[in-house]
Amino acid sequence: MEETKQDIKKPENLVYKKTDLMTDKTLSYCPGCGHGVIHRMAMEVIEEMGLEEETIGIAPVGCSVLAYEFMNVDMQQAAHGRAPALATGIKRVFPEKTVFTYQGDGDLAAIGTAETIHACNRGENITIIFVNNGIYGMTGGQMAPTTLEGMKSSTTPYGRDTKKMGHPLKMTELVATLPGTCYVTRQAVHKAAAVRKTKKAIKKAIEYQKAEKGTSFIEVVSNCSSGWKMTPVQANKWMEENMFPFYPLGDIKKPEK
Amino acid sequence: MEKELRLMKGNEAIAEAAIRAGVDAYYGYPITPQSEVMEYLTEQKPEDRSGMIVLQAESEVASINMIYGAAGAGKRAMTSSSSPGISLMQEGLSYIAGAELPCVLLNVVRGGPGLGTIQPSQADYFQSTKGGGHGDYHLITLAPSSVQEMYDFLKISFELAEKYRNPAMILSDGAIGQMMEKVELDDPVSRRTEEEIINDFPWASTGKKNRERNIITSLELDPAKQEQINLNIQKKYREIEEKEVRFEKVQCDDADYLLVAYGTSARLCQETVKLARDKGIKLGLLRPITLYPFPSKEIATMVNDRVKGVVAVEMSSGQMIEDVKLAVNGKVPAEHYGRFGGMIPSPEKILEFLENQIMGG
Repeated sequence: MEETKQDIKKPENLVYKKTDLMTDKTLSYCPGCGHGVIHRMAMEVIEEMGLEEETIGIAPVGCSVLAYEFMNVDMQQAAHGRAPALATGIKRVFPEKTVFTYQGDGDLAAIGTAETIHACNRGENITIIFVNNGIYGMTGGQMAPTTLEGMKSSTTPYGRDTKKMGHPLKMTELVATLPGTCYVTRQAVHKAAAVRKTKKAIKKAIEYQKAEKGTSFIEVVSNCSSGWKMTPVQANKWMEENMFPFYPLGDIKKPEK
Repeated sequence: MEKELRLMKGNEAIAEAAIRAGVDAYYGYPITPQSEVMEYLTEQKPEDRSGMIVLQAESEVASINMIYGAAGAGKRAMTSSSSPGISLMQEGLSYIAGAELPCVLLNVVRGGPGLGTIQPSQADYFQSTKGGGHGDYHLITLAPSSVQEMYDFLKISFELAEKYRNPAMILSDGAIGQMMEKVELDDPVSRRTEEEIINDFPWASTGKKNRERNIITSLELDPAKQEQINLNIQKKYREIEEKEVRFEKVQCDDADYLLVAYGTSARLCQETVKLARDKGIKLGLLRPITLYPFPSKEIATMVNDRVKGVVAVEMSSGQMIEDVKLAVNGKVPAEHYGRFGGMIPSPEKILEFLENQIMGG
């Protein structure tokens, strides 16, 4: 007999369930965008570690400005770039809580550079999730600090000229040099194996936060099919061929045992 | 039991008040003429005294956003700065007002614009009372005129900020921050426990324990909803304007003429009132203690009753005078007299101005 939808929904057939820490609200992200998966990985980790009652997340300004609509934990929405300052303000008065920021590349690596570097330098016991898609997605695809050399955007229509626009900024390598950071890694979510690795990295980061090791910093290299003007499949391929060579994946810094 | 008395600078008095008022966090950045606030706090080891956190931020932009975070988590958070630093905080203040979070700021005003001078000034009146950042909002603004009031207004400001979920500003100036006077101190109260925070501020982001999640945000993309949010905030301001006006009257009962002045200017004007009365001029002083909400009704009543002319005395080129004129509503002459850029008016010159411009005119 053919399996019906009802059969599939039976508990014994359940192989995967959306975490309760993601709301049922339809994601505002474009098809193929990495944000949804990264949100889910963060929330799965919080749920699996049983931290939902003590977690406070900070949403940025950018495409993920509405992250608080989707992440079913206490959230604060920050001004553009200021998320690490909010996280510092909370964590210092509530050191036992789990505090994370979720930020894009414009937010973290341009307007929020000072807040990012100084939170990392003080070794705030917070976790920073940094989604780098090399472009300002929400405002319509303008150049980001992470836009690759030669890469086209709506404000670099002929490609990023590094003589005029400076060079793409490797914030992750930069914060890894600071004594305050304990764990610095760069991951991706374009394939199932990469998604699993990202989730593991987020888990480690939260564990280090609980162990008061200092700032844990996870860059997730992601795509922007709308901003890059590609299909999701093309965008992922372009990301592998162009973003990964400049932003290589893997751990950059781990705490000493 | 007699209260403890201490000789203190204004900047020290407010720092001591913070420790005794159960403040959870001070996040700040040094700037003259108010750096003693953070210096005094760090010297006092407030973590040992009350558990209060003191952190020197990388900028005023960061410190106001640290305040946002802590206030959003229901903690009593404050900062202090002086004019250029307060300008940098305007973005954060707009978000704090939009997210309806309580916090307290101290502005020890110096002369501007730009880097200006480190001498006292009252040129940040507009910035403080009319919003300062983008969008429709106000800061509850209190103006101390003594070191004792620097101390007292910290606690009052937190109470008002928490009652109305709105940032409060203590608008002082370099003179009051730096001068030393006798201060009567209260017994310390303890900081709120987490249970008390959850009980007093059910909206705070403390972690979603036994409730739905809390969201702290000033964002609402739907214009109809955003208008409603604005209407609710405005309703709150009307209530503040109705209930929270504070002022002091000096020799106003029989006054034919009225000075309106706050902070350091009000102290100078007390001397002007004496000089005038010695000459037989019935002069009174109205000192607004809350600059927002402004004592407009009181001024209007006095003008209707018997006052024949008003001078607003400010250490600015004329800012509060606009609110005074709105209150006077053209019924009698109302003029501004001021010195600025760090200069302080003299009581004699204030009287001369009154005699020439209001009484003679």
